[in-house]
Amino acid sequence: MNLLSDLFHTTLGTITDVLPIIGIIFGFQFLVIREKIPHLKEVLVGFIYVILGLSLFLQGLEQALFPLGKVMAKQLTDPSFLLGEEIWRVLAWHDYYWVYLFAFAIGFATTIAEPSLLAVAMKANQVSGGVISINGLRIAVALGVAIGIALGTYRIITGTPLHYYIITGYVFVLIQTWYAPKMIIPLAYDSGGVTTSTVTVPLVAALGLGLSATVPGRSPLLDGFGLIAFASLFPIMSVMAYAQFVGYLEQREKTRAENSSP
Amino acid sequence: MYMIRRLRLFWKNLKQSFFDMLPIILVVAFFQLLILQRPLPNPADTLIGIFMVILGLSLFVRGLETSLFPLGERMAYAFSRKGSVAWLLVFAFCLGFGTTVAEPALIAVADEAAHVAAEGRVIENTDSAKQSYADGLRLSVAVSVGFAILIGVIRIIKGWPIHYLIILGYSGVVGMTMIAPDWIIGIAYDSGGVTTSTVTVPLVTALGVGLASSIKNRNPMIDGFGLIAFASLTPMIFVMAYGILVH
Repeated sequence: MNLLSDLFHTTLGTITDVLPIIGIIFGFQFLVIREKIPHLKEVLVGFIYVILGLSLFLQGLEQALFPLGKVMAKQLTDPSFLLGEEIWRVLAWHDYYWVYLFAFAIGFATTIAEPSLLAVAMKANQVSGGVISINGLRIAVALGVAIGIALGTYRIITGTPLHYYIITGYVFVLIQTWYAPKMIIPLAYDSGGVTTSTVTVPLVAALGLGLSATVPGRSPLLDGFGLIAFASLFPIMSVMAYAQFVGYLEQREKTRAENSSP
Repeated sequence: MYMIRRLRLFWKNLKQSFFDMLPIILVVAFFQLLILQRPLPNPADTLIGIFMVILGLSLFVRGLETSLFPLGERMAYAFSRKGSVAWLLVFAFCLGFGTTVAEPALIAVADEAAHVAAEGRVIENTDSAKQSYADGLRLSVAVSVGFAILIGVIRIIKGWPIHYLIILGYSGVVGMTMIAPDWIIGIAYDSGGVTTSTVTVPLVTALGVGLASSIKNRNPMIDGFGLIAFASLTPMIFVMAYGILVH
């Protein structure tokens, strides 16, 4: 029974979340566009699917994965786990290897599960006529998030200022923009924003807060923030790198074909 | 026959969603059982939860294809058929503002930020001061997202290359970082990531692609994407500006 009432509450939350969007769309539809919406019944049923699906999704995460993941983030950052028998020793940045591995793995896995990234990948696949594969794009983005979050935990542990990393990242993005295939650039910029959503943010935030609470000299209030910023910067680079890699492979195929047929 | 086809399609969706969730399940299981060496606290609850997640994701994907995608694209076509650029821009701003102001992730971050600010004695440590600070933060993010979608739509109509605007935005972020107070920077950088929700992203993407395919000489791949990118860039600038104002 408890489960059902929880689900009911999540559904109410999702509805209030979606309500302004529905209001704006139908308001403009009736007042400005003044046309009937084609397949209105299907669209409404689809909206119900979206609301119900998101509620089930969020409630299931809340029940199965978030508690585990949050406790895990706390346990992995605990000095007594990291040091084991050598409890007298001072922790150095390289003692946190399980944290880096966890950050990488959880960043990758939550991004693959992210529904908004799936939506953008589906659209990109359709618009590009299949040149961009749904899973290829998702894996490229997920790798970017994984590297970003692992580096972000390193930053929290060493305590270097956040903006050094972000500004260096920007410079990298700009240089890459110069060389990457033109077609991928807007999509790459977009993928930075879509990665951090329902699945990634709660787990990553828990990791950041757990880490900044246990590392000596860090305050959760000041150093706990910033992981999300890493997670939205690095996919831009990895998606452009993915396109550059695909372009390089095609180029090599081409030259090989030209060489073999004189 | 029709029912069977529907069921088969749904089964395929379910299987796909299972594979989408598989990495997360594996990572959690690996760290819980092998590294931390602890048992699952509630195996039955976990299993039911995982099933709900998979079912929910399949339903969401169905809803995307029948509702959010077509709706976003049809709105774009309707606006360009009417030829009313002004209304399109008003719609773009409202969509960005309206979907952000009620976003739960943003509300959470704003409250957290108010807490930080009170702790750091930037604002008074009273409930009313914290509330007004959080509201101001939320409002500046919502306005910035509305503004971002507006600029993004103008870019699609005019066909400007995206990287000029992004470079401009980045320079804005770097410039503001130099003059903004330290305590706002982390929050500002994070606020760029949390604004784009699961319902907004498909709608806005479909709107951009629809718009780019209904205007002559626009390539939906080059011109259609990019709206989300602006929506995650402008909040950083606006939040830092808000921090300077409060300071």
